[in-house]
Amino acid sequence: MPNLRFTEQALSEWMRSGGSHSEIVISSRVRIARNIVHHPFPLLANEEQAEKVMDVLAPVIDENQATGYGTFQLVKLDELGELDKTVLVEKHLISPNLANDSRGGAVLLNEDESVSIMINEEDHLRIQCLFPGFQVKEAWDRATSIDDIFEAAVDYAFDDRRGYLTSCPTNVGTGLRASVMMHLPALVMTQQIGRILSAVNQVGLTVRGIYGEGSEAAGNIFQISNQITLGQSETEIIENLHSVVIQIIEHERNARQRLLNDSALRITDRVMRSYGILKYAAVMDLKEASQRLSDVRLGVDVGILQEPSISVLNELNVKTQPGFLQKTFGDKLNAAERDMYRAKLLRETLGTTH
Amino acid sequence: MVCQECGARPATLHFTKIVNGEKTEFHICEHCAREKGELIPGTSGGFSIHSLLSGLLDLEGASKGKTAAASTVQDVRCEECGMTYGQFSKLGRFGCSSCYKYFDKGLDPLFKRVHGSTAHVGKVPRRAGVQIQVRRQIDELKENMQQAIAQEEFETAAELRDQIRKLEKEIAQE
Ligand SMILES: [Zn+2]
Ligand SMILES: [Zn+2]
Repeated sequence: MPNLRFTEQALSEWMRSGGSHSEIVISSRVRIARNIVHHPFPLLANEEQAEKVMDVLAPVIDENQATGYGTFQLVKLDELGELDKTVLVEKHLISPNLANDSRGGAVLLNEDESVSIMINEEDHLRIQCLFPGFQVKEAWDRATSIDDIFEAAVDYAFDDRRGYLTSCPTNVGTGLRASVMMHLPALVMTQQIGRILSAVNQVGLTVRGIYGEGSEAAGNIFQISNQITLGQSETEIIENLHSVVIQIIEHERNARQRLLNDSALRITDRVMRSYGILKYAAVMDLKEASQRLSDVRLGVDVGILQEPSISVLNELNVKTQPGFLQKTFGDKLNAAERDMYRAKLLRETLGTTH
Repeated sequence: MVCQECGARPATLHFTKIVNGEKTEFHICEHCAREKGELIPGTSGGFSIHSLLSGLLDLEGASKGKTAAASTVQDVRCEECGMTYGQFSKLGRFGCSSCYKYFDKGLDPLFKRVHGSTAHVGKVPRRAGVQIQVRRQIDELKENMQQAIAQEEFETAAELRDQIRKLEKEIAQE
């Protein structure tokens, strides 16, 4: 098994700095899907064909390649244990899809974990760039420059009329999925979230829980991303997402202000209680942890609490996930044991005794 | 947002169907998607947009009717990877990039529904971009040549023909 520093630390280096609007926008991500011509897509590829794709793509960015984004390490998924794969998913460095069906799959990761290049996911190549706070334009700039490096070395499947050809018809054209992770507790508390989210749907964007398709929005964290990839340019897609996110930020800010004006005591009580429970509880399931951490984050953002830092909260969001808990406390924990260790981890991180 | 099927669980699948410029939204939960049989067996429980897509593709009507024409559509095969249009509409995913060429006829309505349009306007890979520009240039020259011939300006036409040949050779060498 390779020496994998990426699964030792909960927080990627890129997450440590704030970025703009970081009291509401947690992170920005851009992913572009690419394929090479005359190779079947991973869906149909046999082992040998998948390996060929890997042989073509992996050397494009090896350790000696100057990309401007640090050195890269190639991690082959079938050389990883289940737990390490889960942790990479929990850190958003690989998709659940690549972890589940890792036949011939690999990921190229740079040192600060801000660039993750997946090989043999649903498409041959998926370039993903992550930034803290609201920096979706910056993420696109970086992704497209890495795209250029690959394009100079391999023949992409590209069609004059359809653009970049992808395995799924929902990605064809630009192959671009830009998304922004937002913490929207006040919109949830004031029950405006449904209206906002359906408005977001109207303009061609989708909303998901933080762990992607099929998961609930844990801890009031929502991921807003573009749905349309064909017929709009990358700039239009990014601009559209950008302007919608700005509006949501505005709504969340107003809702927070209204909560503080109208029910300051109730909000303060809720934030303090959650902080107290996180500091002293003996058992804590994931759902409660996410909700309590959301309350505390809100408290810090609006000045009710002076600590913990947002960086500690980001770290706890990852560390309280099942994979990371088992990585820390032992890999055969059952659900009840996880709840106990989760509480222990929270007590030790937030407790007053350090 | 609540699932519009059961009205109970949170909707985790969001989908916009666009028909003739008219948008219809779906918001359903994973459970209901599964109940409606829209999950493909063997995709390890994770639903995906592909199941909904395949529902849409079926609506193309081709598979519903038992006419000879319908079965031909389903039987169209990609000569590079071997996938048929029928398999594509079940899986909701292409087998290789050549599938786009072989299934081209059926794709415009699908892309119109999913994206609201059918043609790419974004980034072009630099090398392919050169080819595309040259091809557009050739098309233009050909038009000019036809005009020249129509106006019986044969010298100009011959000049244009030579230019076209030169550019075509350039593309072939790429
Ligand atoms: Zn439902
Ligand atoms: Zn094919």
